[in-house]
Amino acid sequence: MSFHPQMPYGTPAWHKSERKLPDEGPAFEFTAEQKAKFDEIVTRYPADRRRSALLPALYLVQEQQGHITGNAIAYVAGLIGCSRADVEDVVSYYVMFFTQPVGKYVLGVCRTLGCALNGAGRVTEELCRHLHIAPNETDATGTFTVMEMECLGACDRGPVIMVNNEHWHECQRPEDVPQLLEGLRERGLAALSGCHLKKE
Amino acid sequence: MRLPEPVLTTHVNEPFSYTLENYLKWGGYAAMKKALAMTPGQIIDEVKASGLRGRGGAGFPTGMKWSFVPKDIPKPKYLCVNADESEPGTFKDHVLMERNPHLLFEGCVIACRSIGAKTAYIYIRGEFYHVQKQMEAELQKAYAAGYLGRNICGTGEDCDIHIHRGAGAYEAGEESALLESLEGKRAQPRLRPPFPAVVGLYGSPTIINNVETICNVPPIIERGAAWFQGIGPEKNQGPKLFCVSGHVKRPGVFETSMDVTLRELIYDFCGGIRDGHELKAIIPGGSSTNVLTPASLDAQASFDGLVKAGSMLGSAAMMVMDETTDMVWLAENLTHFYKHESCGKCTPCREGSDWMHKILQKILRGEGAMKDLDLLLSIANNIGGKTLCPFGDAEIAPVVSTLQHFRAEYEHYIREGRSLVPRADWMPRTLVPAHAH
Repeated sequence: MSFHPQMPYGTPAWHKSERKLPDEGPAFEFTAEQKAKFDEIVTRYPADRRRSALLPALYLVQEQQGHITGNAIAYVAGLIGCSRADVEDVVSYYVMFFTQPVGKYVLGVCRTLGCALNGAGRVTEELCRHLHIAPNETDATGTFTVMEMECLGACDRGPVIMVNNEHWHECQRPEDVPQLLEGLRERGLAALSGCHLKKE
Repeated sequence: MRLPEPVLTTHVNEPFSYTLENYLKWGGYAAMKKALAMTPGQIIDEVKASGLRGRGGAGFPTGMKWSFVPKDIPKPKYLCVNADESEPGTFKDHVLMERNPHLLFEGCVIACRSIGAKTAYIYIRGEFYHVQKQMEAELQKAYAAGYLGRNICGTGEDCDIHIHRGAGAYEAGEESALLESLEGKRAQPRLRPPFPAVVGLYGSPTIINNVETICNVPPIIERGAAWFQGIGPEKNQGPKLFCVSGHVKRPGVFETSMDVTLRELIYDFCGGIRDGHELKAIIPGGSSTNVLTPASLDAQASFDGLVKAGSMLGSAAMMVMDETTDMVWLAENLTHFYKHESCGKCTPCREGSDWMHKILQKILRGEGAMKDLDLLLSIANNIGGKTLCPFGDAEIAPVVSTLQHFRAEYEHYIREGRSLVPRADWMPRTLVPAHAH
């Protein structure tokens, strides 16, 4: 029985309970460079606590092949010394890990109040209109993925877009969207405004 | 006394303020050297005497928290810095870490000495990678210059600092969930007791402090507890960063003391509401705190002042709304956030956030009924105080407080099938996104 008499228990497909396993993908192992980075990261934690290096390891996977596949999960589980299910549990929880192929530029538009009060919803609408996609989809050319993100922590310079999990573009207005897309196509990441705190 | 000049953000607007060279030029790491000559007990006493309260949201006395670490057990002890800054409206730690990271490192060494830790982990949210890369470069410089690592400044003290990147989970900002995440698991809270000060990271005694809290430690050691005590109102002392965003002319981070009022923050620091508009509502401490109306403008923006006004200081993240804001939409927007970020561990929070969101969407579509308002409050009542961590209390704040102050807007939606507030130009054209998950 539900804990509230008027509401049905059991949210269907609650987003963090979904167990849609990622595709196995091609055979996976770290390049020598990524392996070296992993080996350094592991030393930051006690020797018997290798699992602390799990999140960093998954970032290294994503850096290498864009998204996280079943084979990568198995490989990371082997490196860490935990079960494959442990890794899947973590991958499915955190929004910054992609289990599907994504576009060359992943545009994460903040949708939470601070940015929304300044038109973030309009920005997402314009991005999707120009790219002929819905939020959380990739355009036909595989160049852009638009994702709605929850608060990115720059509410004074909203709407904020985070690109590829690390680059920032701030104060984006709906009417600037064509320019942003064109800029990214032509000049790549140099088209982004970056973080306003940078004074140099 | 009002804070006469910034302490934590003195140089943040200067080029290369984040470098070790400039930090040393401005007198950096002097407090650390002073603290390394003090006993751990003396450091804790000084911080206790200062009255410093945690800047992450709860306002717990920092010195008292440190004193909870047991001294006589052989396990290693840890300091974890909560740099997960994810509370909607908050962007203060971002400034400190990007523009003044050595202040944080210096505070870490002092805090580690006081609790007997040799290792500090700075858990930074994954979205701040641009900050993290710069911090890591500065961290290496501090190691090379002997301010971190083995035998710091020849005192025999050791301290390592590591930066750990999160991966997009609001819940990781809750202290026990942060520890879980740092251990390579889902960010879900732990049952307490035992508290982290006794059983924390890897089962060892652990102190978790917010970035701004740790950044306040070096000035306290350098200038003394009495100086800190003299700033701001009683029991709410010291420099404080306020983040103001929303419909104000000049949003941003402002450093002052907690004798400031909401009115001063909005009209003096931020230049007032954007032209041609008027103030409608204020969220004073991040999305997890109750919405206030202009009637509370003269409330003191302190831990105790905002409790008196019916809300909380939280992370001092003020979001300001003008008359174009639809408050039912606002509740839906924030409930979407909580529904998306709920870790799923406690049933009331996981199911309840989804239920509240569905009901709010129904009201926004013009399909609500008056009894839905009672149902919202009844669900909220079944969430608040019934979860392992404060997330449950947080997620009901926007719903309960907008219902309290703006019930007429809900009722208008239900009676007329549309908003009392004309559609603002900043609102998306599809009011309830079909893709909302």
